[in-house]
Amino acid sequence: MSEIKKIATRESYGIALAELGAAHEDVVVLDADLSKSTKTDTFKKAFPDRHFNCGIAECNMAATAAGMAAMGLVPFFSSFAMFAAGRAFEQIRNSIGYPKLNVKIGATHGGISVGEDGASHQCCEDFALMRSIPGMVVLCPSDGVEAKAAVHAAYEHQGPVYMRFGRLALPVIHDEATFKFEIGKGEQLTDGSDVAIIATGLMVGEALKAAETLHEEGIHARVINMCSIKPLDEELVIEAAKACGKVVTCEEHSVIGGLGEAVAMTLAKNCPTKMRCVGVQDVFGSSGPAWPVLKKFGLSAENIVETVKSF
Amino acid sequence: MTNQERRELSVFACKVRMGIIDIVHNAKSGHPGGSLSGADMMTYLYNKEMRVRPEEPKWADRDRFVLSKGHTAPGLYATLANRGFFPVEDLRLTRTLGGYLQGHPNMNTTPGVDMSTGSLGQGVSVAAGMAKAAKYMKKDVNVYTLLGDGEIDEGEVWEAFMFAAHYALDNLCVIIDINGLQIDGRTKDVMDTGSISDKMKAFGFSVVEIDGHSFDDMEKAFAAFHACEGKPTAILMHTHKGKGVSFMEDSAAWHGAAPNDEQYEKAMSELRAQLAELEAAHE
Repeated sequence: MSEIKKIATRESYGIALAELGAAHEDVVVLDADLSKSTKTDTFKKAFPDRHFNCGIAECNMAATAAGMAAMGLVPFFSSFAMFAAGRAFEQIRNSIGYPKLNVKIGATHGGISVGEDGASHQCCEDFALMRSIPGMVVLCPSDGVEAKAAVHAAYEHQGPVYMRFGRLALPVIHDEATFKFEIGKGEQLTDGSDVAIIATGLMVGEALKAAETLHEEGIHARVINMCSIKPLDEELVIEAAKACGKVVTCEEHSVIGGLGEAVAMTLAKNCPTKMRCVGVQDVFGSSGPAWPVLKKFGLSAENIVETVKSF
Repeated sequence: MTNQERRELSVFACKVRMGIIDIVHNAKSGHPGGSLSGADMMTYLYNKEMRVRPEEPKWADRDRFVLSKGHTAPGLYATLANRGFFPVEDLRLTRTLGGYLQGHPNMNTTPGVDMSTGSLGQGVSVAAGMAKAAKYMKKDVNVYTLLGDGEIDEGEVWEAFMFAAHYALDNLCVIIDINGLQIDGRTKDVMDTGSISDKMKAFGFSVVEIDGHSFDDMEKAFAAFHACEGKPTAILMHTHKGKGVSFMEDSAAWHGAAPNDEQYEKAMSELRAQLAELEAAHE
């Protein structure tokens, strides 16, 4: 078996930005002194006159991007998720969301897989914050192929889009040649009718591993990749819940306000179904190497397996 | 500036002030104090300074205005209405349910409003973004933004000022309405700004200080703005909060309070008298 290719979604973000820059003159990029980490430096190298460093001032950057969008440009601004969605929340809400301006937010280093930097930098609240803004699209790609496709889709979409990318290199699970991405559409990855595992971002890989283990034990899981957290693919969620009668959501985010709650709200309204949420359980993260940190906080294939078997 | 031009601007400003009083009285809420202090500047901007087309509010090459102190929407609405962007009669619909004139400016519902504002400190960042975009797009567009002196308590405005100077946005004109008052009292007592002029100079701006109720001063200030290359301009205008209505002048209490019927009559009769005097001088 050949070695599986690994790439961080933030790397793919940078590559996709450079592709967009080559195709569209209206694409500009803003960063807050983190361009080497957010990977907007890939765009900067290709288009230095269209990359604007804002210094360590995320609030100003968000509203500046709004002004650029009001002039007809398509600005992408980037920082770590903690500062893009967290610090600049009110600017995004009032100067981007409320006026419906065409700003794209590329937030990297989302979730606790930031690792060693610890809780101050481990943003587990961004889905909740961004979902709560009317009209905001919230995307969290599961691998490099999906990340690139999501960035291109964000450009084509008219209106604000929040994209969360991760720090870690992840196995590529999609075939770039055939992969199609659509905002608002989920993707069923495995067949099964014993349990539906709906995952987003890095947890999609863990969900697939969990499904393999469960399969060996005779439990057939339907794994769904839900990159588009908002709008949610309600049809796919309801169909899976009806077929399986049992749902587990998995996200590298607080169980408050993220994918789990979005799925729960859909099911409560349409077909109440037994469900559990794998996510960060209303606690702050901790320093440590990324994978051990993920494991400690229950964001692992093992915990998904246990959760599936627990109810 | 000729006497005739000066008088015409004064008449327009008086009508703007009447509109402001009408709006807050009808809505039984709103912010008359800062709207009145900025009324002369709004008048000058929309009649003399900015390239706008009331019949084509979304004209791509227009100059942009961002009301960073968005709570003074009555001043902006009364200016836009008197300039022909929408009917003056509609001012009475401000702050009503389903109306297009929201409590704070909404760019998607109101003709002539270039940016939705209301949360202090953000408008200046937006204006800087517009100015930077205009330069990138090689458009001859100037961007004007009006802030309150209380508003500069917000840290974001200083982030925006640094950005504007760093990118040498000489097409950006930041106007600070220094009326010396904010909701809780005198700016000096609530949060002393110190010398705004020294601060703006230190932040890399070309600074012009003017009487914010003098059209002649404004003419000179904007001439300086147009002549300035390589750095943004700050016009620091000294004003009286509540200007034009005797009992509202220099009073923090009128920051966000609406006049009752009796106060409304008194305010309007004062403004009607000012208007009559201006028109008599014309004849």
